[in-house]
Amino acid sequence: MLRNGPGKIVNMTIKQFFKEPATIAYPKGKMDIADKYRGRLIYDPANCIGCNLCVRNCPAGALKITNEGTKGDRKMRADLNVGHCIFCCQCVDCCPKKCLSFSQNIDLSSLNKKDLTVRL
Amino acid sequence: MQIRGRKQMKGNNRITLPIGPQHPSLKEPGCFTITLEGEKVVGAVIGIGYNHRGLEKACESRNYIQNLYLIERVCGICSHTHSTAYCQGIEELAGLSIPRRAAYIRVIVAELERLHSHLLWLGVAGHEIGFDTLFMYAWRDREKVLDMLAKLCGNRVNYGINTIGGVRRDLDDRMLQDISKMADALQDQVKYYLDLALTETTLSARLAGVGKLSHEDALKFGAVGPVARSADIADDIRVTEPYAAYAEIPVKPITDTHADVFGRTVVRVREMLESINIIRFCIKNLPDGDIVVKAPLRIPAGEVISRTEAPRGEDIHFIRSNGTNMPERVRVRAPTEANWRGMKYMLEGGYLADVPITIAAIDPCYSCTDRAIVVNSDSGTEVMDWQKLRQYSIDWYKKQGIDIPSVKMPNR
Amino acid sequence: MLLTFVKILIFPGFMFLAVYGLIFEYIDRKVYARLQNRVGPPWYQPLADFFKLLGKETIIPADANKRMFQTLPVISLSAVAAAFIYVPVFGEASSSSFEGDLIIVLYFLTIPTICSFLAGWYSRGVYATIGSTRTLTQMFAYEVPLFMALLAPSLIAKTWSVTGMTAFYSEHPLYILINFPAFFVALIAGQGKLERAPFDSPEAETEIVSGALVEYSGKLLAIFKMSIDCELVLVASLISAIFMPFMTGIAGLDFVLYFIKTIVMLLFLAVLRSAMARFRVDQMVSFCWKYLTPIAIAQIILNLIVRGELV
Repeated sequence: MLRNGPGKIVNMTIKQFFKEPATIAYPKGKMDIADKYRGRLIYDPANCIGCNLCVRNCPAGALKITNEGTKGDRKMRADLNVGHCIFCCQCVDCCPKKCLSFSQNIDLSSLNKKDLTVRL
Repeated sequence: MQIRGRKQMKGNNRITLPIGPQHPSLKEPGCFTITLEGEKVVGAVIGIGYNHRGLEKACESRNYIQNLYLIERVCGICSHTHSTAYCQGIEELAGLSIPRRAAYIRVIVAELERLHSHLLWLGVAGHEIGFDTLFMYAWRDREKVLDMLAKLCGNRVNYGINTIGGVRRDLDDRMLQDISKMADALQDQVKYYLDLALTETTLSARLAGVGKLSHEDALKFGAVGPVARSADIADDIRVTEPYAAYAEIPVKPITDTHADVFGRTVVRVREMLESINIIRFCIKNLPDGDIVVKAPLRIPAGEVISRTEAPRGEDIHFIRSNGTNMPERVRVRAPTEANWRGMKYMLEGGYLADVPITIAAIDPCYSCTDRAIVVNSDSGTEVMDWQKLRQYSIDWYKKQGIDIPSVKMPNR
Repeated sequence: MLLTFVKILIFPGFMFLAVYGLIFEYIDRKVYARLQNRVGPPWYQPLADFFKLLGKETIIPADANKRMFQTLPVISLSAVAAAFIYVPVFGEASSSSFEGDLIIVLYFLTIPTICSFLAGWYSRGVYATIGSTRTLTQMFAYEVPLFMALLAPSLIAKTWSVTGMTAFYSEHPLYILINFPAFFVALIAGQGKLERAPFDSPEAETEIVSGALVEYSGKLLAIFKMSIDCELVLVASLISAIFMPFMTGIAGLDFVLYFIKTIVMLLFLAVLRSAMARFRVDQMVSFCWKYLTPIAIAQIILNLIVRGELV
């Protein structure tokens, strides 16, 4: 196959003409996302002790944990700014009680900035 | 500096063409002012610095774990190499030695990154010379690598698989089989690209003889990476100073003697084949064991330099720590910073049609490059430290009528 | 009188040419995309682009010559429409024909190129100037082989009218094989005339950002793009009329055959577009003068021998 000449890619282009296109028309076509792809966070308030390790280690400062109850009767809430989150999941790794995990949800856009801060 | 797009007749038929800051051929902003005589380039002025983000300063006010993700985002395509260099430096300061399995996983991800970076470059080079078909095919094949990285690390770029002390995710057998299958499919495609690069006459007509940088000039200008290797300089950090698991893996540095854009193309395509071999070797010989050792929060004081081989060349990180949980100084010398020096020499004497491909052939990563600030004053150049720079910017804005301390920042 | 107006303006004149030009652009872009393993635009894309451009604001640079700026697209489109009158659509019948109209068609084909050069020159910007000089340089390269390749078959047919050549070659189909080198040269030089890849350095997007038409926007750009599409139809029809003149004699069937022939020409041009990297201007000039012109000259000599003048 080492002959010199112009237009050598024509063989491959003619073959591609009869194959399925490699691109999908999103959102009409379906996209397949890998399992364990880092998407939106999931928060389990039952075991959270409010140590704020996740808040301190977040590179983007996107997470906020508040206690809406009292010290004895905790009601932990987490607010995530989806616009600032970089989806690194460092918070998931450093939580000592394993309260945080991640989903594969990546359709997170919204039409105004206020809706970007979501309650987990 | 205001660049005007008008014809400036200097009485000898020369026109000044601004390429940038916005131009279809540049992937990132940079200003190249080309002086043309007909179609020949007689002068070039390189202007970069549009992507300076103050990353090195930002690293000083974040702890080591936050900096991991900041350093990773210095560049989008050599992100794992920056992260590896940083982690290696911190591990050396803290006296940790990572498990062998973690080192092998770092190598696998680094070689996958080299694959997708070189495929991206092949597509971009095809687009710059008007060969859009090659662009589409190379990027379609790159998608296979990106999907594999998404499966392995959780994200397509900026993978976040490194942590101080090892890696964050493990590979299981099914993933290893998927990587093998992808490597086989990709090897046929890359062999086709090598054949195309060597024998297609229109490609070699555009690429050969363009952007010449001979062996002596490459040494003089301090070129690194494929630019140096295409001028027959066998400089590859994976071989000269092995890091991660490269000491146990046979790596062959690819060199070529053409010393022009064609040589760089051949070097990069052959490096892709070599990467596939390295990935196969790692998968076969992956040792068992842990993937991470526990790292301390406060790193002992010291200074360290760590070097890695990014897809674009030699990447140097300097870290100085002072015993707290935040670094005192982080300096990143990206490979493109070393390759810019020879650009003016390469551009002059060529044609206008060769300017985009010459710029693209060093594989410039403008975001990696923009680090230091040197202010030219009338008495020559001076180097400013942080206090002087801060005062200089406050005075400059005061001259424009803006009083910085009274500006209110919006709440986050 | 009314019939002449209908023939020139509506069918098979200007309206038919415009609609067919849009269809051609769609087929060209779709085939180009499929050759690259992509999906490609939907069928209404060229029409939507045209209407979108009509609705945009027309910005004319301050030191550009306003009158020339506004008249050049119209001249370009009307030249292409005028040339299309003489190209046969129903088999061998065209809207109008006379002896020597091949020369008129070739003359009209040069006008869009000159208009593109003038448009860049009058825009007075750096990118436009470089683009227009490249347009002219390329014209010096492909013009001679294109003219020789299109005039060579007329030597055997002994007529200089397009319809006359179509009629002659459909009666003596064996002579079509003799013109094969000219067909090859006309196809490649035609790609140069249309300034499509690999000969698109006047419009190299990565070097000079759209070349001569860089300052055009809005209605004027819409008319220029329409003239480029119509030029594609014209070149495809001309080459298929001279080199592939298969006819059946029934008007309706010939019309369908016309569609098939021109679409086959378009497929050739689309595959050519996807197969090679862009030529630099100096490489284009040396390629045309080193390879295409000798083949065209050899074809002329061969045709003269067949006609009996030489030997």
